[in-house]
Amino acid sequence: MSKLTLTTEGETYVVAKRRFEASPEEVFRAFMDPELIQQWMLGPEGWTMPVCIHGGVPGGKIRYEWSDGKGGGFYLTGEILELDPPHRSVHVERMHLPDPTPDNHIVTTFTADGSGTLVTMRMTLPDAETRKAMLATGMEHGMEASYARMERLYGWNGAQ
Amino acid sequence: MLFIVAVPEQRSLDIAFAALADPTRRAILARLSQGEATVNELAKPFPISQPAVSRHVRVLVEAGLVVQRVDGTKRPCRLSPAALSDLDRYLEMLREGLERNYQRLDRLLAEQRKGKDTST
Repeated sequence: MSKLTLTTEGETYVVAKRRFEASPEEVFRAFMDPELIQQWMLGPEGWTMPVCIHGGVPGGKIRYEWSDGKGGGFYLTGEILELDPPHRSVHVERMHLPDPTPDNHIVTTFTADGSGTLVTMRMTLPDAETRKAMLATGMEHGMEASYARMERLYGWNGAQ
Repeated sequence: MLFIVAVPEQRSLDIAFAALADPTRRAILARLSQGEATVNELAKPFPISQPAVSRHVRVLVEAGLVVQRVDGTKRPCRLSPAALSDLDRYLEMLREGLERNYQRLDRLLAEQRKGKDTST
């Protein structure tokens, strides 16, 4: 399995790279098809995405809503700027925590790499204030995630 | 997409500064700022024994600067969120969130591939 790499470009961007064992067409679809997005873009164990809208065309809207199943959750909205299947997508998104974070401008490229695909995502690095808000929210949700991981580690959940 | 592991415990600054006073330990922290590593991997660049590196790691863990997790017989080390700037903590949270999603996507892509194989 390939490892995710994260690098910063100055104070403006952060670049995430990750390889997947599937064709660019398959991976591109997994990033754009709401039915597929709902199956993996979920955050911690136990979270779901009851609402997933992805316009699929330039100018189209994005709206993802996450729920922890206990009344907690948050959502993200965005707009698609460019789409060049299965090579490249450009969109903006913001999280509502519930105040909207500044726009995150994201360029995602899908490059054939042997029998797989290298996905490179260049994102806007949030400013210090936004990072603080995200960390505060992340920590709140992260406690639940760490409990879930602990359960898995010790074989407490039914799946073991 | 976000989500960090756990809220770190506050440790005394004295212990942290004492831990940072040693050049080997500072070098270990510099290596860990590049990402997780096992004690074996950490020991490689140093002209000292692996048990000696283990002792340095233990000091860093006790100072709350490094955390270790259990992975089979390995105990990979990484910087504790408490030791990091908010930028590093943000990146760590981003990494954790993305990796968790991407591992789920790995499984989804593998299932799709299997489905295709059986239908042809």
